[in-house]
Amino acid sequence: MDRFSVFSSRLVDKSENFTSGHRACQGCAEALAVRHVMKALGRDTIVAMSTGCMEIISSPLPLTAWKVPWIHNAFENSAAVISGCEAGMKAMMRKGIIPQKKINFVAMGGDGATADIGMGPLSGALERGHDMVYICYDNEAYMNTGIQRSSSTPFGASTTTSPAGKDSMGQHTQKKNMPQIAVAHDIPYVATACPSFPFDLIEKVKKAAEMPGAAYVHILSVCPTGWRIQPQDAIKYGRLAIDSCVFPLYEVVNGEYRLTYTPYRKLPVTEYLKGQGRFRHLTDKEIQLIQDKVDRDYQKILKRCEEGR
Amino acid sequence: MAKPMEQIKWQELEVGSVVVEVGNALEYETGTWRSEKPVVNKTQCIKCGVCWLFCPDACIVKAPEGHFEANLTYCKGCGICAKECPVGCITMTGEEE
Ligand SMILES: Cc1ncc(C[n+]2csc(CCOP(=O)(O)OP(=O)(O)O)c2C)c(N)n1
Ligand code: SF4
Ligand code: SF4
Ligand code: SF4
Ligand SMILES: [Mg+2]
Repeated sequence: MDRFSVFSSRLVDKSENFTSGHRACQGCAEALAVRHVMKALGRDTIVAMSTGCMEIISSPLPLTAWKVPWIHNAFENSAAVISGCEAGMKAMMRKGIIPQKKINFVAMGGDGATADIGMGPLSGALERGHDMVYICYDNEAYMNTGIQRSSSTPFGASTTTSPAGKDSMGQHTQKKNMPQIAVAHDIPYVATACPSFPFDLIEKVKKAAEMPGAAYVHILSVCPTGWRIQPQDAIKYGRLAIDSCVFPLYEVVNGEYRLTYTPYRKLPVTEYLKGQGRFRHLTDKEIQLIQDKVDRDYQKILKRCEEGR
Repeated sequence: MAKPMEQIKWQELEVGSVVVEVGNALEYETGTWRSEKPVVNKTQCIKCGVCWLFCPDACIVKAPEGHFEANLTYCKGCGICAKECPVGCITMTGEEE
């Protein structure tokens, strides 16, 4: 549970715009993230979604778990498709062909779709400044196709294309910092979130949708299948990622940083790494490297937050 | 009720394979995947809704008596609700054959 009162779950929208009957694995926190996002956005929303887990589990023809207009895109182009939707519908509103209305134009993709193959279309959409929200569901690999590494896979994680073994410690490159890349586009709103902190997530997605111009929300989405953890621990590992500052929760409004959650006690990264099958092979030396990097990155974020004051 | 995919002829598909019925995934009963089910101790439940908020399958409902319980048509038995319940009043129990 986050810093908010448990009772505030009563204040969360009861309607489910992403329904039961979707085919995500047991305990999939990426599907939970989608559920929370759709609670924040409501029905007046159009979604363009890149292929990936959330697309295949929600739309096996002739069924759909979506209650809003939703389009399945190729792996790379959801940001381009939603740009076109936004420009087209705004033009039709201007010409009086359809009534004026606030519609949320939302593109969604996994970390592979966002940080790798869809980076160009995303960068273009952010630069053009469409009135849209881009949401990245980061489960730190290409899960849909069988846990291949992406540029968002963290240092040391074992995946099928960065396997740990005698001569390898798993992924040997550092995780690409997507939120910072979004910030570099000087857009009005960038935030990080995690479904283990649902109120924080819902608030940020609402803000992203209300803010005119392009917004980017990066959601750490625990994947029990790919991270090799028990399904019931999906919420716990999200919380550990945040309490160990591996994944700080912050927002950047018009260039000003604000930490939205400060851990009560900063946990050592071992608390987060232990129990995850993808990190099982790591030696103390490698864990120390991870700890050092987390500390450095967290200090950077803190510094940016202070500068804003 | 949507026909199973293998019974649909291509002529019956909408142009662009558009699905016109919203949220019809509800026809697919994911509860059949389950090997354990969550059982709520109604008298201990403090009706906080935490289980409801964290269920990835949106299948926890408020019972008329006010406590929360899983809709077993969709519950996949992941155990998140049992793990996250602040008073620990949900127990995962094995399904019978
Ligand atoms: C151009 C192209 N290359 C490869 C694929 C195969 N493919 C589909 S989804 C996917 C991985 C998706 O990974 P990610 O975006 O991280 O989403 P996740 O499944 O992890 O949620 C791949 C490689 C594709 N559909 N199109
Ligand atoms: S592979 Fe991971 S992200 Fe994909 S549906 Fe399963 S748990 Fe969710
Ligand atoms: S076991 Fe999982 S799917 Fe079933 S009600 Fe609990 S959280 Fe939902
Ligand atoms: S989390 Fe536990 S106490 Fe809270 S509503 Fe659910 S079953 Fe009741
Ligand atoms: Mg992924």
